Amino acid sequence: MSTVIKAADTVDTHGGHHAEHHAGWARWLYATNHKDIGTLYLWFAFAMFITGGVMALGIRAELFQPGLQFWQPEFFNQLTTLHGIIMVFGAIMPAFTGLANWMLPLMLGAPDMAFARMNNWSFWLLPPAAALLLISLFVPGGAAAGGWTLYPPLSAQAGMGMDLAIFSIHLLGLSSIMGSINIITTILNMRAPGMTLLKMPLFAWTSLVTAYLLIAVAPVLAGAVTMLLTDRHFGTHFFNAAGGGDPVLFQHIFWFFGHPEVYIMALPAFGIVSQIIPTFARKPLFGYVSMVYATCSIAILSFMVWGHHMFSVGMPATAQLFFMFLTMLIAVPTGVKVFNWIATMWQGSLTFETPMLFAIGFVCLFTVGGFSGLVLSIAPVDTQMHDTYYVVAHFHYVLVAGALFSLFAAVYYWLPKWTGFMYHEGRGKLHFWWSMVWFNVTFFPMHFLGLAGMPRRIPDYALQFTDFNTVASVGAFCFGLGQLLFFYNVIHTIRGGVGPAPASPWEGGNTLEWEVASPAPHHTWESPPDIETVRRGLIAQAVEEKA
Amino acid sequence: MNLSCRHHRNICMAIASVATMPVMAAGEFWTFTPPASQMALNIEGLHSYLMVVILAIFVLVFGFMFYAILRHRKSLGHVAKPFHENVTIEILWTLIPAIILLAMAWPAASVVLAQRDTRGAAMTIKATGFQWFWSYDYLDYGFGFKSKLATPRAQIDNHHGEGQAKGEHYLLEVDHEVVVPVGQKIRILTTANDVIHSWGVPAFGVKQDAIPGFIRDTWFTADKLGTFRGQCVELCGKDHAFMPIVVKVVSQTDFKQWVAEQQARAKAMQDDPNKTWTQPELLARGKQVYEANCAACHKADGTGGGPFPSMVGSKLVTGDKAGHVQMVLNGKNAMPAWASLSDVEIAAVISYERNSWGNQSGFVLPAEVRAARGASQ
Amino acid sequence: MNVENGIHDAHYYVPPPSRWPIVGSAALFLLGLGAALSINQVVLGNWALLAGFAILFWMLTGWFGDVVRESEAGQYGQQVDYSFRWGMSWFIFSEVMFFAAFFGALFYTRVISVPELGLAGDTQRLLWPAFQAGWPLETGPKAADYAAMHPLGLPAINTALLLTSGATLTWAHWGLLQQKRRVLSRGLAATIALGVLFLGLQAYEYHHAWTALNLTLASGAYGATFYLLTGFHGMHVLVGTLILITMWLRVQRGHFTPMQHFGFEAAAWYWHFVDVVWLLLFVLVYCL
Ligand code: HEA
Ligand code: HEA
Ligand code: HEC
Ligand code: CUA
Ligand SMILES: [Cu+2]
Repeated sequence: MSTVIKAADTVDTHGGHHAEHHAGWARWLYATNHKDIGTLYLWFAFAMFITGGVMALGIRAELFQPGLQFWQPEFFNQLTTLHGIIMVFGAIMPAFTGLANWMLPLMLGAPDMAFARMNNWSFWLLPPAAALLLISLFVPGGAAAGGWTLYPPLSAQAGMGMDLAIFSIHLLGLSSIMGSINIITTILNMRAPGMTLLKMPLFAWTSLVTAYLLIAVAPVLAGAVTMLLTDRHFGTHFFNAAGGGDPVLFQHIFWFFGHPEVYIMALPAFGIVSQIIPTFARKPLFGYVSMVYATCSIAILSFMVWGHHMFSVGMPATAQLFFMFLTMLIAVPTGVKVFNWIATMWQGSLTFETPMLFAIGFVCLFTVGGFSGLVLSIAPVDTQMHDTYYVVAHFHYVLVAGALFSLFAAVYYWLPKWTGFMYHEGRGKLHFWWSMVWFNVTFFPMHFLGLAGMPRRIPDYALQFTDFNTVASVGAFCFGLGQLLFFYNVIHTIRGGVGPAPASPWEGGNTLEWEVASPAPHHTWESPPDIETVRRGLIAQAVEEKA
Repeated sequence: MNLSCRHHRNICMAIASVATMPVMAAGEFWTFTPPASQMALNIEGLHSYLMVVILAIFVLVFGFMFYAILRHRKSLGHVAKPFHENVTIEILWTLIPAIILLAMAWPAASVVLAQRDTRGAAMTIKATGFQWFWSYDYLDYGFGFKSKLATPRAQIDNHHGEGQAKGEHYLLEVDHEVVVPVGQKIRILTTANDVIHSWGVPAFGVKQDAIPGFIRDTWFTADKLGTFRGQCVELCGKDHAFMPIVVKVVSQTDFKQWVAEQQARAKAMQDDPNKTWTQPELLARGKQVYEANCAACHKADGTGGGPFPSMVGSKLVTGDKAGHVQMVLNGKNAMPAWASLSDVEIAAVISYERNSWGNQSGFVLPAEVRAARGASQ
Repeated sequence: MNVENGIHDAHYYVPPPSRWPIVGSAALFLLGLGAALSINQVVLGNWALLAGFAILFWMLTGWFGDVVRESEAGQYGQQVDYSFRWGMSWFIFSEVMFFAAFFGALFYTRVISVPELGLAGDTQRLLWPAFQAGWPLETGPKAADYAAMHPLGLPAINTALLLTSGATLTWAHWGLLQQKRRVLSRGLAATIALGVLFLGLQAYEYHHAWTALNLTLASGAYGATFYLLTGFHGMHVLVGTLILITMWLRVQRGHFTPMQHFGFEAAAWYWHFVDVVWLLLFVLVYCL
């Protein structure tokens, strides 16, 4: 072990506060430690993934065959709506924030997040927000049923469940804003000496840009739902033509948030994959600087393309063309990313441990999702596809095989660092292949359903859509079942896995987190490490191991 | 359409038909509904062209990746070459995709322009979305009708394993089809009465949201005789799955004849404005109006449910007439305004509500409604 | 950026475990639940709201109390100070985006939806035969007659008040930097007084608009944008005033030095931000 580790392990003698340590519940409730908070975020996200997933299974069960079997249409719509909101705001986003919490201070050589106390608050706003959403299932009139997009006037018709959803979104927004401020400040102000911006791991870059996006659009969403609230209860006419307002105004505001939001769920995934591929290719990331530029370009473009969700509201041809061209343009920086990943693998010395498998699965399937996005971005083609299952297929490719797979990759990649133990490689691979197969069985047929015109958000469908729906439903249940294996893998690893993990379990890992012991001690980098020394230490260590 | 566009499209079509052949052979449910208009054909061509380009890129890009995966493995003893930068290639793989995208955007743009050009239509039909059915007005011929799902509830409801066998056009059949003449440009105005709906028929390549309080337009020209089906494609509440759109394309002469029938029927249905209505007549008419317009939310037995208030014993319904008339005429929050109904219809439905389900709070006459309209203007 | 400018605390202050965040979460949960319930006439909601506010107040005093204590105990090094600066800047940016949503709504309504509703073509006339486009809206089937707010008069006075308050606050800051505590204290007091005056006039203006002009939240798109924009601004002035009052109390206790006074600066940034929003409001809501 290099000398730096010893520095990290020594107990801090200056600020006595670190010695304070709560046990039991208090440790989690009052946590100011980024690792504890990261852990909280990750478990919360997993719980929400299960919750949203069970709702998805409710959807798929009803759609297994035509006719109404299990639910009333009202309840089906509630399932769809909550599934969307919970997966987006409860599962994917918190999981990425959790990773940022756990890994950024380690990767940047910082003692903790910049605002450790506020960090706790960002997390602890999530359970109340989730509670509001879930409570809404049990109030008169049921939960919000207008889709996760909450379009008025439909959402103006709903009962109390919508108000609970609105306040839940306010809390989620608050949490996102505080989380983003923390991430930005940590990255800008907490790096160890020598860790210049362009030496940061790419995951830090994508986290930074994501936080910017979020801080710019979360308040906009808060504004949109606030207007919805006043329209519902205080007589305003923002979204009501009778007073000079316009329902479409809501859509513009929502998608001004919503499109950057989808990149909020994609950029961190890009970051994770950009860490993992070089590690298992045993090669530095190809085109680091162009990756940074591509990330920034995607972020900037994402503010100018929201109209592609609204091609069929009836906007002028010029507006359609504007949104169409800019949307297509996003394929360029995203392509740069894909090409750079492949160039990183090219002439590498590849091995295929579970994180790498998920990363490769990500690149392939995210690209499929990106291509279907490109098809949708062509306005006339979107005429046929809009609000059909083609869109559902598109976004599950980028969200499930994209965001979610990258999260699986990240968990397997960093699990040794978190727990101090190695996971069972065979079962990890089984989880990958199982997910890969059933994911495609579930979602690929949805492209065909969409092409043939099956609308989304319907509990019952015409007979010609039966076969593909049946296949998709079977796939969904199998895919879901596979996630139990994931749960088992994680628990098994926490309990000791297949044995202790070394500080740097991956041959090719060369970012700072691999410099500290596994599991990472509660406090790391209390006094900032010098990057150059560490780097040299790492190289020395590698040479040592070779010898 | 100018010549170069058409040329372009022909190329697209040629590539397209080759590319989609295997898919077509596999069955018609894999891809688009067979086009019945030039626009749908253009879209299909565009889509197939995109697919060809995308598939080619996919194969090329992932060819490299899988080559690396197969050959550049550690287990084969491959040693990593630590190169990590090449400005030339970065520029290339920025520029080439951009050029490819341009080649995609160009033909698409001309279709966009054609799609948005609603001028020069032979006739205009207004399609209004209601929760949960469509209503059509043939603006040039002065009649209109409602078009509701014709599939019986018994086929739909399969809770506890029961339910009738489903018919061929399950969920895609209506009681009153839209009829249009073949080969003529039809302009569709869409709007909605309550929430956003969306009017679309895939075979014609049209889809246009119907936004309450606003009128949007789109157009199609049907090239083939036959019956074409679509569905409401914007989530509009509980029965969103149950408001199909069925368009029957007929010859010009058949269309003329159909119009004449409809006009006669409309005349017969119209309430005579000078007629004096007896109470039972008003109630009977009111029941019709109620079931056609109100029962979707307030339920046929007036009990409502969820956000929709019950009519039974409601303060407003059993209270002052003026408040009741105002509510129905102007709506409130999620309650739509019904000013588009005639005075007779409104008077009838209000009277019906005030004298059904145990309510007994007097009658409202058409003249009172007319007066109330005047006052609120 | 600490690496680029070389600012590293030897030991960056990481606070010990704290109960305030979870208390704050409980408060916001009660507020959210309470608001949803009471807005739907469930009486229990009012109690939840009340409890929520009480807990929130407790949390805010406790949390900021901790921060002030830590600051006065000299725990915050230069790097922490920088963190606060970044944090506050991005917080204000998020506020800018919140207002942007409402300004966007105003822009959209005026430039797109109202003109479209009033189009003279063959289409919109089918729905709204009597509609006249204009701003403030003259018609609108569901909006009762109302008069718009005139920019001269109270709004102009309020503009002057806020602009002056920006100046007095800068004067106070100057006093702080120059070690002139009397100036600091008086400048702050004057700023607070102007803020309170502004709020009073704003309340009066609302009352006048609501009763005399019949301009209510329900007065079509004009009423909606008018009240929400000025209302949210007013709420920010209120919060800003409360922050300034806190700062004044701290000044009375001898807090802040010319070198270390980020709490004061943050309050000032916030106040200036609220000023700028008002200027935009004055031009876009009242004048145009
Ligand atoms: C992680 C989330 C995510 C991501 C990354 C994307 C990425 C993209 N999305 Fe997607 N999208 C969603 C999530 C996402 N989307 C969601 C949730 C919805 C539905 C919301 C709702 O209605 O509920 C949606 C809906 C949606 C629509 C609206 C459809 C409709 O409702 O009618 C459109 C239309 O343009 C679209 C387009 C795109 C495009 C062009 C991209 C591009 O960024 C993709 C770019 C990537 C590639 C193109 C692949 C890689 C590139 C190469 C290998 C280079 C070479 C390629 C070429 C030169 C072609 N998306
Ligand atoms: C953000 C991420 C995300 C994720 C991860 C998912 C995951 C899944 N989604 Fe979802 N989805 C959305 C985001 C996401 N979705 C959004 C935004 C919408 C739009 C909503 C709207 O229209 O408003 C949507 C809509 C949507 C629809 C369309 C609904 C409609 O239009 O009516 C469908 C239908 O099949 C669907 C299915 C699924 C399935 C099968 C999964 C699966 O991947 C889920 C797998 C997980 C589990 C199954 C749970 C874990 C496992 C267990 C609990 C073990 C027990 C299981 C068994 C015993 C089998 N989703
Ligand atoms: C889209 C659903 C919908 C339809 C269709 C509908 N209503 Fe309503 N109605 C509502 C809602 C929602 C309210 C409650 C409005 C409010 O108070 O916010 C309501 C309220 C009312 C009330 C007042 C009840 C009370 O106790 O306050 C009356 C009377 C009424 N509707 C009559 C009708 C009539 C007559 C029709 C048909 C011509 C009709 N409604 C069609 C949704 C609907
Ligand atoms: Cu009407 Cu969906
Ligand atoms: Cu988008």
